[in-house]
Amino acid sequence: MTATAHTAGQPKGISALGLRKAYGEKVVLDGVDLEVPAGTVFSLLGPNGAGKTTTVQILSTLISADAGQAQVAGHVLDREPDAVRAEIGVTGQFSAVDNLLTARENIILMADLHHLPRNEGRQRADALLERFDLAEVANKPAITFSGGMRRKLDLAMTLVGRPSIIFLDEPTTGLDPRSRRNLWQIIHDLVAEGTTIFLTTQYLEEADQLADRIAVLDGGKIVAEGTAAELKRRIPGGHIRLQFADVHRLDVAARALGQSLRDDEALTLQVPNDGSIPALRTVLDRLDAAQIEAEALTVHTPDLDDVFLALTGNQVPGQVSDNTELAKESLR
Amino acid sequence: MSTSAYAVRDSMTMLRRNLKHMYRYPTITLSVAAMPVVMLLLFVYVFGGAIGNGLGLPGASNDRGEYTNFVVPGIILMAVTSGGVTTAVSVCTDMTEGIINRFRTMAISRASVLVGHVVGSVIQTMISLVFVLGLAFVVGFRPNASPIEWLAAIGLLVLLAFAVTWLSAAMGMGAKTIETASNAPTPLTFLPFLGSAVVTPDSMPVGLRWFAEYQPFTPINETLRGLMLGTEIGSDSLKAIAWCLGLIVVGYLWARAVFNRETTR
Repeated sequence: MTATAHTAGQPKGISALGLRKAYGEKVVLDGVDLEVPAGTVFSLLGPNGAGKTTTVQILSTLISADAGQAQVAGHVLDREPDAVRAEIGVTGQFSAVDNLLTARENIILMADLHHLPRNEGRQRADALLERFDLAEVANKPAITFSGGMRRKLDLAMTLVGRPSIIFLDEPTTGLDPRSRRNLWQIIHDLVAEGTTIFLTTQYLEEADQLADRIAVLDGGKIVAEGTAAELKRRIPGGHIRLQFADVHRLDVAARALGQSLRDDEALTLQVPNDGSIPALRTVLDRLDAAQIEAEALTVHTPDLDDVFLALTGNQVPGQVSDNTELAKESLR
Repeated sequence: MSTSAYAVRDSMTMLRRNLKHMYRYPTITLSVAAMPVVMLLLFVYVFGGAIGNGLGLPGASNDRGEYTNFVVPGIILMAVTSGGVTTAVSVCTDMTEGIINRFRTMAISRASVLVGHVVGSVIQTMISLVFVLGLAFVVGFRPNASPIEWLAAIGLLVLLAFAVTWLSAAMGMGAKTIETASNAPTPLTFLPFLGSAVVTPDSMPVGLRWFAEYQPFTPINETLRGLMLGTEIGSDSLKAIAWCLGLIVVGYLWARAVFNRETTR
C-alpha cells in the first residue's frame, strides 16, 4: 500500500483540541477536546446551557471557535469549510424543514442542492419517504406535520446527501416514546451502514442506548469521558435489595449478611454489592446457610443518572420536578 | 462543473423554491397588489376631482380623467415598493426558522439563498404590477406610450424592483421578528408620496419641496410618467437609472454583510 492510498483511504471521524467560544463575557466553551473515531456513535451529554449546541454549531461550520482546532472528516474546519460541509449532515434542535413545501418537495430540494441528477434525486426521495414512513403524506405540506413526522422529515433531508458524519442535536427532545424508539432504530441502522454519529442529548437513557462513547459536558468543559460502563464504574453505590415475607426472616437475614440497611416496614434489606455473579452467589449461599428464603431480589447498579449527578453537581434533567416535590414534602 | 456554474444552479434551485411558495400561496401576491389598488381607487375617485382641479392640469374639461393619468405612474411605483414587504417577511421567516442553518451547513453557493429570494420577489412584484396596471386601465388610465417606451418603462420598473427587493432582503435579514421585518420596508412605500407621485412638488412647502427634488422616487416617477404619457423627461432618466443601480449595490452589499454575520443563537 502506498503512502497516499493510506491517507486517502482511511476513514476519518472528528477530532477537536481546545475549542473555546465566548459571547461577550459569557464563556460557553472553555477548552473542549474531543475524539470521535469514524463509524462510531459519540454522545455529548450535558444539562441545558452546558455548551452542547455550541459545540455542534462549531463542528458543523455554522459558527467559528475563538480558539482551538478541529478536523472533521479529515478536513481542517476553518481552512476547508466547504469540504467539511460536503461530508456532513446536520439535524438540529429546531426542525429545519421548509413548512410551505411538501415532504417530497423538501427532500427533492435537498437532492437539487446536492447537484444530484434529476432522476437519481427523485428515486432517492421516494426511497427515503418509504424508509421513514412518510410515503403516505409525501404530498402534504410540512406545516401540517406533527413533531415526530417533522423530525423524521428533517432527518430524511439530512440523509439525501449520504453524509459520512451526522450531527444530531437533541434529536428526540419533545418526541413521544414511540417516535423516540423509531428514531433510535434509524440511528442504529445508520451506524450499521458505517456512518459516524455525533449526538447531543440530555437523556441519559438515550446516550446509554446509542453511544459507543459518552462525554459529559458541564459549564463548557468535558468533565468525564468513556463508555457508559466506564462512567458507571466511576460511581460507587451498587447494591442489591432483598425482600422477605416477615420480620423474623428479616432479622435472621440481617444477622447472616452483616453490614446492611434494613427497612422494617417494607421488610427489605439493602446490601452493598457490585451485582456480579460471584458476589450475588455469596449472598445467596449465606441465606441458604441460615435457611432463609428471600421473596424477591433486585440488583441496582449505578446508572448514568448517578454518574450525571455526581459529575455535574446538577440535578438530573427530567427529574428536577420530582426533586422539588421531595424538597417540598420534607418541608411540611 | 465550476464553482460559478454551481452558483447559478443553486440560485435556480432556490428560485424554484420561492416560486413554489408563491404558486402555492397566491394570496401573498394579491396582498402585494392590495395597497396600491386601494391607493389608486382612493386617489382617482375620492381625491381625484379636487386635486386634479387644484393642480390645474392641462385639459381641464375632465379633471378626474387627467388626474388619473397623472397619478397612475406614482401608484405603479407604490406597487413596486409594497413588494418589498413580502420580501422582508419571507427572508425573515427563513432566517428565524431552522432551514437557514441547514443551508449554511451545506456545500452550496451561499449567495444562492438570497438570489432565489430576490429574483422570486421581483417576479412576484411584476405579477402584482400587471393587476394594478389592469385596474388602472379600467378606471380610465390612457397612456400614449410606443412599444419602445413601454419596454423602457418595464426595464426601469424591473431595475427599481431589484433595488427595493435587495434593500428589503437586507432589512428582513436584520430583523429579529417577522413583525419587525414587515414594518421595516414600510417607509419605502410612502416615499413616492413625498415626491411627485400624487401632486406636483411645486405645491409643497419649501423644505418638503427640497426633499422631493432630491429623493430617488421623484426622477424615477418623472421618467415613468414621461415614458407612459409623453411628458418632459430631460435628465431625470439618467438620475433614475443611477439611483436604481446605486440602491441595488447598497442593498446587495448590506444584505450580503448581514447574511455572512455569524448566528449567535
